[in-house]
Amino acid sequence: MKTDIILAGVGGQGILSIAASLGAAALNEDFYLKQAETHGMSQRGGAVVSHLRISDKPIHSDLIPQGKADLILSVEPMESLRYLAYLSPEGSLVTNTSEYKNISNYPDLEDTFSELEKKINIVRIDADKMAREIGNPKASNMVMLGAASPFISIDEEIIIKGIETIFQTKGEKIVQLNIEAFKAGRAFAHNK
Amino acid sequence: MQRNLFLGVEAIGQASIDAGISGVYAYPGTPSTEITEYIQHSKTASERKIHREWSANEKTALEAALGMSYAGKRSMACMKHVGLNVAADVFMNAAITGVNGGLVVTVADDPSQHSSQNEQDSRYYGKFAMIPVFEPSNQQEAYDMMYEAFEFSEKTGLPVMMRITTRLAHSRAGVVQKTTKDENQLRLPENLMQFMLLPAYGRKYYQNLLDKQDWLTELSEKSSFNAFYEGEEKSLGIVCCGIAFNYLMENYPEDDCPYPVVKIAQYPAPKEMLIRLENECDELLVIEEGYPLVEELLTDFFGKGTKVSGRLDGSLPRRGELNPDHVAKALGKEITPDWNSPDTLVGRPPSLCAGCGHQDTYKALNEVVKDAGEGRVFSDIGCYTLGALPPYSTINTCVDMGASITMAKGAADAGLSPVFAVIGDSTFTHSGITGLLDCVVEKTNINIIIVDNETVAMTGGQDSSAKGRIEKICEGVGVAPEHIRLFVPLKKNHDEIVKLMREEVAWEGVSVIIGRRECVQRLAKMKKLNKSKK
Repeated sequence: MKTDIILAGVGGQGILSIAASLGAAALNEDFYLKQAETHGMSQRGGAVVSHLRISDKPIHSDLIPQGKADLILSVEPMESLRYLAYLSPEGSLVTNTSEYKNISNYPDLEDTFSELEKKINIVRIDADKMAREIGNPKASNMVMLGAASPFISIDEEIIIKGIETIFQTKGEKIVQLNIEAFKAGRAFAHNK
Repeated sequence: MQRNLFLGVEAIGQASIDAGISGVYAYPGTPSTEITEYIQHSKTASERKIHREWSANEKTALEAALGMSYAGKRSMACMKHVGLNVAADVFMNAAITGVNGGLVVTVADDPSQHSSQNEQDSRYYGKFAMIPVFEPSNQQEAYDMMYEAFEFSEKTGLPVMMRITTRLAHSRAGVVQKTTKDENQLRLPENLMQFMLLPAYGRKYYQNLLDKQDWLTELSEKSSFNAFYEGEEKSLGIVCCGIAFNYLMENYPEDDCPYPVVKIAQYPAPKEMLIRLENECDELLVIEEGYPLVEELLTDFFGKGTKVSGRLDGSLPRRGELNPDHVAKALGKEITPDWNSPDTLVGRPPSLCAGCGHQDTYKALNEVVKDAGEGRVFSDIGCYTLGALPPYSTINTCVDMGASITMAKGAADAGLSPVFAVIGDSTFTHSGITGLLDCVVEKTNINIIIVDNETVAMTGGQDSSAKGRIEKICEGVGVAPEHIRLFVPLKKNHDEIVKLMREEVAWEGVSVIIGRRECVQRLAKMKKLNKSKK
């Protein structure tokens, strides 16, 4: 078993909560895990990326080689395209459609996505909207994790246990809201 | 066995606690900051009352750590690579005095300059000082090395450098912990003149250091962190330093690297191992994260010896951090990705946060600078360095901590007038005060703007030594109180700020203009913290 994931977003969007949930899940299962994060200057609204690797065998590199990622999981549409060189030919791209526009020259990406969808398995989901509908706008990252979960070789229950581990200090209500967000995202990807 | 998910920096923090340190001394700097933060949040550290406050800069940090070693206890100093430049004086001389309690200097290098002015390789400092250097290849090894490093320091009588790079610092993996050792007892050095470097003593101690060098190489030879891996295919021998070893192994997922490999994680370089590799193989490839230190060591100046490739001959990139793809290419395995990022993609550089006070300061300053013409705003290191980028494009320089004031002074001495220095609160107490003193002594015509957000913001909002002290420091150094001015960087105060700055530009002398408003990130962090306490 091996899943290599590129997590992408903008500094401050909290992609690390996704990584933390999967990390906790992997640890519960006694899998090996390596997860390289972006700290420092880029966290001030710049492009950030995390390489997350989970395997039942020891993992060497902290970084995923090009063309080897099973999944690009992005919480921002343009950022999902920045790391395409890492995606394996059989890989999937799951991205939030909510744009984060902190730059003046943000491009129109509709044509780019339409072109790519002919070649790559892409799931596009308005996670922000879905999270608002559930009543927890902050849980958009868990919607994203849910939408990506069919492409991650870890059982649903185990990821949910990981989410519980990460949010338990914030109380049962927050845990449930995040699990609900995860399930909504997962249902969306399945029905696509 | 119980594994905890640790960032490399956290593994180092935990290992130092488990190894029985009595103090950590540091100034924040990416990618080293979280080592100290980890210890600050540790329950054991709190119960043991381990010293874990921030220091004013890296020099004061390392000096204090050396003082704790003098008193017989184990201590660690942490810094980013350029921080070691600040601490270089004590670092070089601590190699001459040696240690009493174990002393580890953990230095985090930043190849690819993710958050730094340069990508200098601290291993050169280790070699320069002639002390042992540890360079872990993964998080578990970082833990194990740090756990042993203090004992190793006491055994050799020397400070030990722990050199890591950004990727190891900020990558997480499962780490198995060992039992927590007791702290050392207070114990003065046997020789009370051990730390006395009057030339007559210094010469003797320097000779002692020289005499230890062969022994240090021998210890590297026997170190469990260095290894010789056999290989059938002798056309190439590979030398890997630190995390470069992982990038090599990534290219042989079945652990089937056909070439003999020397893994170096402890320096001085293990000579016998390298001689054996050179004897067995036709050519050598050196893979190291940072400058080509080992490659230069092995490369024959006159080009008559064994061919050595690596960063110098272009087999690997000359600069920047390595990755498995670089190493694949050096091994002749060219990889072309199936997809490339579309041309429509644009860059997203870091920027000042929404609501950040620096924006208001820069908007006002731009208006004032326009009067005299651009090219006269010297600045420094912090979030406010982002003021170099549009839409502000206010500042012209960022070189090293504190250089805004001193470079502006030099330019003023050269005849540039008016000049401005923009410096953060924490950078000011780190290295700005002495420059201010130079200005006061010479009555320099300078406008120093201290952008005070009451925290070390860029590294994540650590406590600033400057908090609540800036006006008193400036007065104490000798700035005329009527030329220490204060404003609140808010949009509504724009006209007032411009007026105030213009008044100080008109005054020929040292002006300190303080723009004070708390960092919006720190404010949010504190609100969250208080909420969770309730």
